[in-house]
Amino acid sequence: MTTTDTRARARDAVAAAPVGILPTIEMRDVRRVAGPLLLVEGADSLAFGEVVTVVTDDGSERDGQVLEVDRSRAVVQVLGGTEGIGRANVAVRARFRAAVTGVGTDVLGRVLDGAGRPRDGRPEPTAEAYRPVNGLPLNPVARIHPDQFIETGFSAIDGLNTLVRGQKLPVFTAAGLPAAEVAARIATQARVPGESDEVVVVFAAMGVTRREADFFRDQFAASASGHRNVLLLNLANDPTIERLFTPRVALTLAEYLAFEKHLHVLVILTDVTAYCEALREIAAAREEMPGRRGYPGYMYTDLASLFERAGRVHGSTGSLTQLSVLTMPDGDITHPIPDLTGYITEGQVVLSRDMAGRGVDPPFDVLPSLSRLMNAGVGEGRTRADHRGLADQLYACYARGVEVRRLVSIVGESGLTAEDRRILAFAGRFEEEFVGQGEARRTITQTLDLGWELLSEFEPGELGRVGAEHVARHHRTTARSQP
Amino acid sequence: MSTTVSTPDGTRDQVGTVVRVSGPVLEVAGLPACRLYDVVRVGVQALPGEVIRLDGALATVQVFEDTSGLRSGDPVTGTGGPLSIELGPGLLGTVFDGTQRPLAALSAEHGIYIPRGADLPGLDRARTWEFVPSVVAGGRVEAGDELGTVQETAALRHRVLVPPGVRGVVEHVVEGSRRVDEVIARVQGHDVQMLQRWAIRRPRPVRGHQALRRPLLTGQRVLDGLFPIALGGAGIIPGGFGTGKTVLEQAIAKHAEADVVVYVGCGERGNELTEVLEEFPQLSDPRTGRPLMERTVLVANTSNMPVAAREASVYLGITMAEYYRDQGLHAVLLADSTSRWGEALREVSGRLGEIPAEDGYPAYLATRLAAFYERAGLVDCLGSTPRRGSVTVVGAVSPAGGDFSEPVTQNSLRVAGCFWALDASLARSRHFPSINWTRSYTSYRLGEWFDEHVAEDWSRLSAWAVRTLQEEGSLLEVVSLLGVEAVAPPQRVTLRVGRMLREDYLQQSSFDPVDASCPPRKQIAMLQLVKAAEDAMTAAVTAGRPVADVVAHPALRTVAAARGWPTDETLERHLDEAVAALHAALTTDEEEQG
Repeated sequence: MTTTDTRARARDAVAAAPVGILPTIEMRDVRRVAGPLLLVEGADSLAFGEVVTVVTDDGSERDGQVLEVDRSRAVVQVLGGTEGIGRANVAVRARFRAAVTGVGTDVLGRVLDGAGRPRDGRPEPTAEAYRPVNGLPLNPVARIHPDQFIETGFSAIDGLNTLVRGQKLPVFTAAGLPAAEVAARIATQARVPGESDEVVVVFAAMGVTRREADFFRDQFAASASGHRNVLLLNLANDPTIERLFTPRVALTLAEYLAFEKHLHVLVILTDVTAYCEALREIAAAREEMPGRRGYPGYMYTDLASLFERAGRVHGSTGSLTQLSVLTMPDGDITHPIPDLTGYITEGQVVLSRDMAGRGVDPPFDVLPSLSRLMNAGVGEGRTRADHRGLADQLYACYARGVEVRRLVSIVGESGLTAEDRRILAFAGRFEEEFVGQGEARRTITQTLDLGWELLSEFEPGELGRVGAEHVARHHRTTARSQP
Repeated sequence: MSTTVSTPDGTRDQVGTVVRVSGPVLEVAGLPACRLYDVVRVGVQALPGEVIRLDGALATVQVFEDTSGLRSGDPVTGTGGPLSIELGPGLLGTVFDGTQRPLAALSAEHGIYIPRGADLPGLDRARTWEFVPSVVAGGRVEAGDELGTVQETAALRHRVLVPPGVRGVVEHVVEGSRRVDEVIARVQGHDVQMLQRWAIRRPRPVRGHQALRRPLLTGQRVLDGLFPIALGGAGIIPGGFGTGKTVLEQAIAKHAEADVVVYVGCGERGNELTEVLEEFPQLSDPRTGRPLMERTVLVANTSNMPVAAREASVYLGITMAEYYRDQGLHAVLLADSTSRWGEALREVSGRLGEIPAEDGYPAYLATRLAAFYERAGLVDCLGSTPRRGSVTVVGAVSPAGGDFSEPVTQNSLRVAGCFWALDASLARSRHFPSINWTRSYTSYRLGEWFDEHVAEDWSRLSAWAVRTLQEEGSLLEVVSLLGVEAVAPPQRVTLRVGRMLREDYLQQSSFDPVDASCPPRKQIAMLQLVKAAEDAMTAAVTAGRPVADVVAHPALRTVAAARGWPTDETLERHLDEAVAALHAALTTDEEEQG
């Protein structure tokens, strides 16, 4: 009876004042503290998914979220860790609202923590609106299919795995490879040819080291658009559980900027693996049935709830592009984290130790890389008419080159035909010159021309993937022989 | 709140309260009268859910929406029936979510996001259809008989049938413009509307099943030519990410010779569904010349939509396909991807604390998959006049780590007749469709049909192609160890033919306007050309020409040009000329040398 009344009053209060003045209900009957979780008895005023404040007797406050309600009990996950919490010295205070975050353009140029609070010693940014961090699914009918080419300056991406606005393209990397450098270079150098629209970068660091965080901060500060970026930093030694909120706060902010403020937003999430490990930690603390490698069965759904928050929509000129960095444990692409991610994202760019070992810098491994939205973003009027065919041809020749290289390692070079030798030489130049571009930034025209230069080692008749008119126009020997 | 929900018996038996919330799964106390799979409405927002377990005083409910904000003590109301959808004219060309909410109407009302608790009927109530009766008052009808027709699209005449379970004398029938929820006839005391409801988990009844002897032509050479699927059959496309499942499913959706295509994006990417939404209205149906969208129903359940609705989406799709089948049409259901559905089952099962079988999937996974694929078939429809319709099911499977030994692939394999295995290494070398020819198979015996209707040497050449590719595979292993010089001249010819089959015949670009769809006549012509190339090479080698020169002859490159041949009366001429040119090139050179 009384709880029903309280609840009704609370709902009315929420309806009247979204944030702020609310009735105070405190629950002190904490039965269990395990890992990041509290089990609270007498909590029937709590709703699933709601945020709460966890108060200890020394007056310190932490945020928490309700993970489960079961009759009068609730399971609360505590952001900011459970150190110092006992069964007797803690109270859970209801706030009667879903996890929301303030959004607005005031956050640009700020450094926030993993839950969206200031980390730069300045006051809380002004919120233009409050939005639930979990977001809502975009209506597929309201989406616009992404087709605007983004020039990243990397030949391996622009030429072969083209990124478009509104795409979600992760970088799969292995420990010790320069994924952070690649991500930072894309963030600071990416542009759309022929446009001067600014790109806003929302950078969410999940469980990264201080060194990496400093690196990103410096990169953004050094770039011309430093004031148009926002950094959310959940460092490796910050509470694990906050990591589950970091990407959601970042994406909520990004959706607002892209779809309501018409900005071109690039969200960089790093590192997805640290995020998934946080997810596993919570699942284990809840004693859930583990799935593959101990990761929870709902990891696909959970990751999808992040990655699907990208795109372009009708009614907005902005866009939300996602670039996440994912460290494949032991470089294994079939590990559940890269595997599930690959099924959700629109392709992947892979860095490999093998390439790094061969001295290819940046070490893009183009064969397992893929951009699913490439077709819409290339061709006449976007990049160049010969782009698609050229990319297919480079792929086909390189794949054969790698195959021949494997043969050589077994039988030696003596048994090779002349054709094999040419294809082998091509594969070497392709890695050294096309992929291994070092610090240089290439325009799309430079990338495509370089591709043609490499392919000119072959007879025009061998280039079956490219249209004859393009071969005639761009193939070096053919072009030369023309009057 | 409970007053807003209609309860047939209007008793307290249909009211309960939430006692536990864990993700998409609730435990509810009360609801003594509810049955398994009954739909309930939860909380003040009346979120739809489905009863999935009954245990003592508790009912377990999976909710089709995000459950944030639900509390212990929130009201739950039973609707007294299972999850049903609306069937009738107006499905074609529409995009639904997993619980049949029309997404365009939803967007018009709520903007770019899908809010919780938004509710709209599946069929547009404002739209009218010109109903033309086929029966007169006083006649006798039975379930499945045609009451009348409406022109649903320019190309499709939609038969309005007597619903299952209804028979007797037509007491009254109307003519003219009607909405779907208006009565168009009265049969033995039953008012019949164009709109019918059907519980999605229950297969729609048929008179009987037919043997599968005809292929569903897909326009894809590797499918039709090597591993064809039967009209009314079932096939699966397993493949790791990036191997081209979605492109292949979409190619079938575009080019299959079907009257109706139901495309279910189950737990897939929003941007890809948008691509279909933007592209299909621009493309035309090769059979009718009308926009492709007019024969298509899309079910869009993106991966970030609630997990229970993902499970419902495949049943929604197949029920709609069956509805058109019952009208005597050939429907194709494409499900991309069934693994997401399997994972939805696993997720909910895990929340229920059920004992897991393999890989954490519930033990009933095999049963569910089998029941789903068995809804495919070529059937004799209900009704007193003979009519045949079909549902062909093609399910994409996304095995974890690309490993086909996982439960969803293996259990689907047992019930599907076609196995189109996608191969990551083919995809990486941009061989598309990346269907592995040694692992794939079809269990349907359709050679006779092709021999009779397309070309008499169809099944012979198809078998030859499979055999040659197998031989090439083994030879390539030898070559990789010993070098190409180690194989005898006839085998070098086989190697060259294998490469031609792979590069010039099997590869097919979905993005090339001419090559995207290849009719059977052209498929066989291309295969005949490769065979002719083999014969020419063999002849040249037998005549003593060095095999290295023969297999490297530039004339062989012309085989690739066959892809661009038009499929009209000039096709045979193209073939004859190309065959003659090949023979001439290989033999003339020989004479010059001799």
